[in-house]
Amino acid sequence: MYKIVTKKCLNPTVTQMEIEAPLVARKARPGQFIILRVHDEGERIPLTVAGTDAERGTVKIIFQIVGATTKLLGEKNENEYISDFVGPLGEATHTEGIKNVCIVGGGVGCAIAMPVAEEFHKLGAKVTSIIGFRSRDLLILEDEFASCSDSLTIMTDDGSYGREGNVTVPLREMLESGEKFDMIITIGPLVMMKFVTLTAKPYGVPVTVSMNPIMIDGTGMCGGCRLTLNVDGKKITKFACVDGPDFNGYEVDFDEAMSRGRMYADFERHAYEATCNLFGKEKN
Amino acid sequence: MAIDPKKHEMPTQEPSVRAHNFSEVALGYTYEMAKAEAARCLNCKNQPCVNGCPVNVHIPDFISKIKEGDIEGAYDVISLSSSLPAVCGRVCPQENQCEKNCTLGVKFEPVGIGRLERFVADYHNANEKSNVTVPENNGHRVAIVGSGPSGLTCAGDLAKLGYSVTVYEALHTAGGVLVYGIPEFRLPKSIVAKEVDGLKALGVKIETNVVIGKTLTIDELFDLGFEAVFIGSGAGLPNFMGIPGESLKGVYSANEFLTRSNLMKAYRDDPETPIMKGGKVAVVGGGNVAMDAARTALRLGAETVYIVYRRSMEELPARREEVEHALEEGIDFRLLTNPTEIIGFSNPEDARDPRNGFVKGMKCIKMELGEPDARGRRRPVPIENSEFILDVDTVIMSIGTSPNPLIKSTTEGLEVNERGGIIVNEDGLTSRDGVYAGGDAVTGAATVISAMGAGKTAAKAIDEYLSSK
Repeated sequence: MYKIVTKKCLNPTVTQMEIEAPLVARKARPGQFIILRVHDEGERIPLTVAGTDAERGTVKIIFQIVGATTKLLGEKNENEYISDFVGPLGEATHTEGIKNVCIVGGGVGCAIAMPVAEEFHKLGAKVTSIIGFRSRDLLILEDEFASCSDSLTIMTDDGSYGREGNVTVPLREMLESGEKFDMIITIGPLVMMKFVTLTAKPYGVPVTVSMNPIMIDGTGMCGGCRLTLNVDGKKITKFACVDGPDFNGYEVDFDEAMSRGRMYADFERHAYEATCNLFGKEKN
Repeated sequence: MAIDPKKHEMPTQEPSVRAHNFSEVALGYTYEMAKAEAARCLNCKNQPCVNGCPVNVHIPDFISKIKEGDIEGAYDVISLSSSLPAVCGRVCPQENQCEKNCTLGVKFEPVGIGRLERFVADYHNANEKSNVTVPENNGHRVAIVGSGPSGLTCAGDLAKLGYSVTVYEALHTAGGVLVYGIPEFRLPKSIVAKEVDGLKALGVKIETNVVIGKTLTIDELFDLGFEAVFIGSGAGLPNFMGIPGESLKGVYSANEFLTRSNLMKAYRDDPETPIMKGGKVAVVGGGNVAMDAARTALRLGAETVYIVYRRSMEELPARREEVEHALEEGIDFRLLTNPTEIIGFSNPEDARDPRNGFVKGMKCIKMELGEPDARGRRRPVPIENSEFILDVDTVIMSIGTSPNPLIKSTTEGLEVNERGGIIVNEDGLTSRDGVYAGGDAVTGAATVISAMGAGKTAAKAIDEYLSSK
């Protein structure tokens, strides 16, 4: 059993927790993920590490309530326990040789982008952050990004905060004005990462994308997290859990990944509704 | 008294009934059946059956105890060699091991050794009085990586010798392939749990949710004070064929399909982990894992389940009993057939059609057997212009696995072969001092009993290594 040490709501659907898991806290690096189960019999879900405190032995996770399991997790409180928490899994984000980095985060993906930005800042790289949300209510981690970025641009789809539009607009402006990034790292919805990659392409800037496919064991056993890379005209199967989660954006077959991500859409909707009804009844 | 030429039949659930439930298929001998089957053993002098067993269970001795009606005595005999008798009695390919060598088998059917072993283990588990004595601790600490058959065997043998043993398991439940791979209807999980509890009673510590190679490395285990390590981390990533369409929705690896159903309990009515149920299912491959996946799909409500295998019935590598059970249950074997493409649904008029990207068929080609390959198996060759489309909506690829990269990539000096399997000597010792390995991590996908044999060999070598230190 793993204790929830702190819990904080970042916006109406996004929650931050620190979980007591000393072995994971000691090892986890930005870009890696964990797998948790809320209760015995529960589903295993992967969540990217949003920070660690090795001294307190805690790992920070930030999650959006999108399905039954995140709903159950969101209902848990400080000092309660979840049944399983394993990691760190996957490879950490590569930082070697990168002196000028652009971090592009979207929605709850910003929770994963933030520790990556912090890491580059700590290493002395120039950090340009572009973060996008649907609207002002959904904005998270503004202060955290501000304190580790040399420049921060906030975008909202509806213009209710920062600039109106999506993250590719300022990215294109920067690239157009001659900004020479060593690397663009983008973390967020698949469709956003696809368009960030397409935006960067004419300028020849390398793009790293953080993939978050459906997973079960997360240790290189089930193969559920496979994705297709196009490398020199050849299709190669890779596994996000052991080969990723970071991949070269130019090689990823995003359309396939988007399709695979919807494999259980119906099941997930029903499970989510059933969980909501359950909590609704308890409260009435 | 004349010897009955046939084995006493194993009582099983009716095929038409069991095809719709996850309860165990084979029900086990009664006491009378076991005594009658034991009476068929000739107790011959040279005991060829013992040599056929990877852990060398003293087979005629335990059968003699059954003849005497001393079932606990029989259990004690088996326990000298095997730490998981209830498991082996169920999942060993006896026809290729002990029973293959049985003298009686020359003229008649061999003695039902596996069935007798299972009877003895089940009898013991049902009538057990907890009188486990924890052996005196010898002060040495050993770490075991993975709680599958090789790890559990190695842990058990070392614990009995007084070692203080900790088993690290990556998943949330101990048992490895016995839990995530082999389905409930073939090996009830309560039996695995019982075997694991037995080890805990001997003082073995089991730490779940620790991925060696990630959470801790092999070197860190030595830093923690362990003096020897056994790696039994099992097989790794599933292989795919490399044909078009393998990433469509509805294509699974057998590992994923079975893990969802077995470990995550997706077979239950209201699971938290989803799985595609029903429809028409093709399982590609002919091993035990393919049989497990096919029979699981059937029990999840599939209308039709095909086994698609490129060779013929004769070459089918699965355990004979599993093939027979699958046939009885109505699994449709499409032999000498090989997939060439998986075809997906695509609505040209509507890119948002929810059916887009799901499997709607599998293109296959007929095969014939040609010249024998290096291993002596006749190589399947495609027959020109024999393509056809199999109407399916789920495809399960069951064509083997490649070793997991996590341990070798984080352990300096650990040598692996060209396929990625850890290299060991005849004692299970790797290229690293004090680090032993066995099971699928060494051999690639093999059987439960061969993994147990490797765990046993390594336990003996670890004992010799640490007692001479």
